Amino acid sequence: MRTFEYVRPDGVPGALAAHAGDAATAFLAGGTTQLDLMKDGVLEPARLVDISRLPMRGSTTTGAALRVGALTTMEELATDPTVERRLPLVREALLLGASVQLRNMATIGGNLLQRTRCRYFRDPAVPACNKRAPGSGCAAVTGPARMHAILGVSERCIALHASDVAVALVALDAVVEIEGPGGARRVPLTEFYLEAGGRPEVEHTLEHGELITGVEIPLPPEGTRSGYLKVRDRVSYEFALTSAAVALLIEDGVVRDARIGLGGVGSTPWRPRAAEAVLSGAPATPEVFREAADAAVAGAWTVPGTEFKVELARRTLVRQLRTVAEVTR
Amino acid sequence: MTSTPDVPPAPPQSDPGAAEITTAFTVNGTPRTVGADTRVTLLDALRDRLGLTGTKKGCDQGACGACTVHVDGRRVLACLMLAAQCDGREVTTIEGLSREGRPHPMQDAFVRHDGFQCGYCTPGQIMSAVALLREGRAGTDEDIREFMSGNLCRCAAYPNVVAAIKDVAREGGDHAHL
Ligand SMILES: Cc1cc2nc3c(=O)[nH]c(=O)nc-3n(C[C@H](O)[C@H](O)[C@H](O)COP(=O)(O)OP(=O)(O)OC[C@H]3O[C@@H](n4cnc5c(N)ncnc54)[C@H](O)[C@@H]3O)c2cc1C
Ligand code: SF4
Ligand code: FES
Ligand code: FES
Repeated sequence: MRTFEYVRPDGVPGALAAHAGDAATAFLAGGTTQLDLMKDGVLEPARLVDISRLPMRGSTTTGAALRVGALTTMEELATDPTVERRLPLVREALLLGASVQLRNMATIGGNLLQRTRCRYFRDPAVPACNKRAPGSGCAAVTGPARMHAILGVSERCIALHASDVAVALVALDAVVEIEGPGGARRVPLTEFYLEAGGRPEVEHTLEHGELITGVEIPLPPEGTRSGYLKVRDRVSYEFALTSAAVALLIEDGVVRDARIGLGGVGSTPWRPRAAEAVLSGAPATPEVFREAADAAVAGAWTVPGTEFKVELARRTLVRQLRTVAEVTR
Repeated sequence: MTSTPDVPPAPPQSDPGAAEITTAFTVNGTPRTVGADTRVTLLDALRDRLGLTGTKKGCDQGACGACTVHVDGRRVLACLMLAAQCDGREVTTIEGLSREGRPHPMQDAFVRHDGFQCGYCTPGQIMSAVALLREGRAGTDEDIREFMSGNLCRCAAYPNVVAAIKDVAREGGDHAHL
């Protein structure tokens, strides 16, 4: 690991000043992505600004939304009473991610900014990786690929955004709260991420040196049923092959509101709006669910190792739509 | 263990850019100070600087759970945490579980149920299991398996690990009725 200076400023202004947009400086929250990639030699900051003790932890419910401080841990949010009652899809996405130990360390802000698990990206000995070394090519497109994305990708990069909770949060239209040298701003999570088709090294709209201070999660209307299904190579403590976050409001057998997020398939936490459009106003039947799932994966771009994900993603979504819908019967 | 003298800062590294930092924290109830390169993880500080080698290094990448310790009462992975991040914190390792020279009930139960073979993952399993009970998640076999999934065992002693935890959970229940 390259040597670095470690600082732990007090307060948000102090942290912004300590970072100052310097290219060689990085924020450190739970460290479960940042330190991991520093050990691998993928990230080599000259200075770490430890933000983990800034007053940005805990959550509050205000009317129709839950506001979550960026430093709230995954474990804390999973056991939050409002999340338990009103946001089962968020709770399940959190509890099915990583392990208890990691969830006690990992923060929500850090989770949104976690880097891809693409093994070529994580191995600096591999020369071709457009995300790590822009313009060098993509080893995954030719080499064996499996834990990679099929939506929002191109031959330049098929890296997956592996967060579970972000999938639930895009479905819910969560909003990211940001503070930077230029002041505060808010960005819908659906507009926060950038697909890997363009410049794979640029993953989101956060400027270097800007801080995520919190996430606002609108609460779905009372009566909404929701849940998260994660399909993986082992039963627990594994990233998703495919996953589906689903929230449905069904009245008299008709879908009044459908919100869907797909994991394991996108270069960003994926919101398949075409699938939501199929469901909206339609009867909650397996045939309609299948039609929605077809719409969800339309336009998938695969390499030999990822072809299986198209049908798996369809089935994952159909299964989860059935599970969530049947609860209301 | 508590009588181990604090280790002075490591000798200057050949690495010219190396930055030193002093971290003061409590380890198993005893205040300790470690002066070390900023790159030193909590795991390496415990093992190499404080001589507490009970905490094991498996993957060093957050994937196996062998390095599980408690920081401020919560189970975490010592390999993905800088020692500097623990400044002012309370750290508990496997060496800190015993009371008055007696093993912790979870340690006894692992021995009784043969909850290990090679034993390399065992300190991490036990630290995780103690936290699991505190979290109130040892109600069913299914819950135990799910919430212990961050601790891998290459010897696959899993059934006996679950049996040991159930045993202690049951005892805890009995105590509550006394
Ligand atoms: C073995 C393993 C298994 C895992 N399994 C899963 C899983 O199943 N599902 C899942 O969703 N995730 C999983 N993860 C990923 C894990 O959830 C993330 O590593 C974690 O959420 C990152 O949060 P952190 O606080 O540790 O971030 P850090 O590592 O501290 O930071 C991550 C990045 O975000 C930046 N950053 C952090 N906070 C802020 C902020 N507030 N403002 C601006 N920048 C910030 C940092 O500079 C860094 O670049 C796993 C990780 C490991 C190691
Ligand atoms: S998929 Fe993206 S991250 Fe992986 S090797 Fe290709 S360019 Fe790099
Ligand atoms: S050594 Fe820390 S998780 Fe494996
Ligand atoms: S007892 Fe050998 S790894 Fe678990």
